[in-house]
Amino acid sequence: MVSIEDYVARIEETCGEERDFIVIFKYDKKEEAIAKILKKAKIEKSISAIIFELAFKDVSFRLYGTGKAIFRNLKDKGELQKVLIDLLL
Amino acid sequence: MLDPYKIREDFPILKRKINNHPLIYFDNAATSQKPKQVIEVIKDFYENHNANVHRAVHTLSQEASELYEKAHEEVAKFINAKGMEEIVFVRGTTEAINLVAYAWGCHDLKKGDEVIVSLMEHHSNIVPWEILSKTRGFDLKYVEVNNDGTLNYEDFENKISNKTKIVCISHVSNVSGVVNDVKKIARVAHEYSALVLVDGAQSVPHLPINAKDLDMDFLAFSGHKMLGPTGIGVLYGKREILEEMEPFQGGGEMIREVSFNPVTRRCSISWNVLPWKFEAGTPNVCGGVGLMEAVKYLRRIGMENVKAHEKMLTEYAMQCMRECKKAKIYGPKDASVKCGIIPFGVDGLSSHDVALFLDHYGVMIRSGFHCAQPLHQIFKLKSSARISFYIYNTREEIDRFIEVLKEIEQV
Repeated sequence: MVSIEDYVARIEETCGEERDFIVIFKYDKKEEAIAKILKKAKIEKSISAIIFELAFKDVSFRLYGTGKAIFRNLKDKGELQKVLIDLLL
Repeated sequence: MLDPYKIREDFPILKRKINNHPLIYFDNAATSQKPKQVIEVIKDFYENHNANVHRAVHTLSQEASELYEKAHEEVAKFINAKGMEEIVFVRGTTEAINLVAYAWGCHDLKKGDEVIVSLMEHHSNIVPWEILSKTRGFDLKYVEVNNDGTLNYEDFENKISNKTKIVCISHVSNVSGVVNDVKKIARVAHEYSALVLVDGAQSVPHLPINAKDLDMDFLAFSGHKMLGPTGIGVLYGKREILEEMEPFQGGGEMIREVSFNPVTRRCSISWNVLPWKFEAGTPNVCGGVGLMEAVKYLRRIGMENVKAHEKMLTEYAMQCMRECKKAKIYGPKDASVKCGIIPFGVDGLSSHDVALFLDHYGVMIRSGFHCAQPLHQIFKLKSSARISFYIYNTREEIDRFIEVLKEIEQV
């Protein structure tokens, strides 16, 4: 059974007023994760395949070619996990 | 002047590529990289000398004990302390500050007393005092920071009083790189009979430090920020103050004798001599040996040369960054009041976006609050990006950083 843990190495929650979530994908799974995300999310903007500004449902986020993503304005980690499940599985 | 290109040959990690780009390590305020001399001495210790210290008469224990004691002596020389009895090995700056807070503060602070810290402190020089003030009932006063990020000395002199028992201050801000005049602060504090604890995490690795001349009562710093391994740090304390203090933790090594009285059915305990009185349990022997090698490495280069090199890099980077359209340097614009650390932001991007973009090109920088949230609140910053230099960084690396920064501005 595939789960988001198969793709996600770590989730960092930043401090402060704007609690961003930084998702770090597993090194050997990052290409697959990026491909899956790009297939499902709408690309708002792309800069030399380094950064993708994406929209998925009501969530806007940035995906980096290095296999990291920043999610903003999410309620909590639970909401992030739901979004990741929809994007990756 | 030091030769960073020659120095770089000693740092194996700097040969790495990240995302197919040469590694540029600009996160030295968080931790430094390690030269092969330090790596090899750690390997040699475990291969040839490993044993517990001060516990056995066998050859290995004697060798390990001698190395560990020599490490204290080398650190004492490095900061011009009177001797190794003033050098307590701890895990790092945080533990050193906590040692003072608990071993000194728990006994000497009470309701009606005041402790002074500043708004530019790292959390490690705020949180222990906030925690302790709740149980000991003393008042904690925060010295203001000027608009340019420098310390407000006038506010410090207004806040200090006969109630002040200790002033806890950073030598160098880990966010802005501002160098505080700790000699002046110590002079004023001593006029009020207050002690001075200096957080030297960002100064001892980068500036020549003379503990006697600066006249601080305590100095806390970390080995890993000055080429040494993680898990080893130092609390310098004036001998007479350390002798008066109660121990921090109890256990082996820190006692001279534990004697059971069959009548009272209790133990009477006498403390070991300095610095062992404050080093309970088996210490980080190998960490100490690694730190000794790091200190020797820095002494060979010369701390005046380290300071001059970082000043040159800071001035050059600030000059180049001013040419960037959307990048804004936070804190003082005058590099002469700073020490190798530059916080900045890019219009329209969060600090984490900036860090992730730079990471794509192999440039490692820090983003966020850098464990100094109050200072960011004062300046109404949601977070900041930070570059910080060390002996192996070059102008060419700054040029590359600026190239990427200009690319970020297009985002």
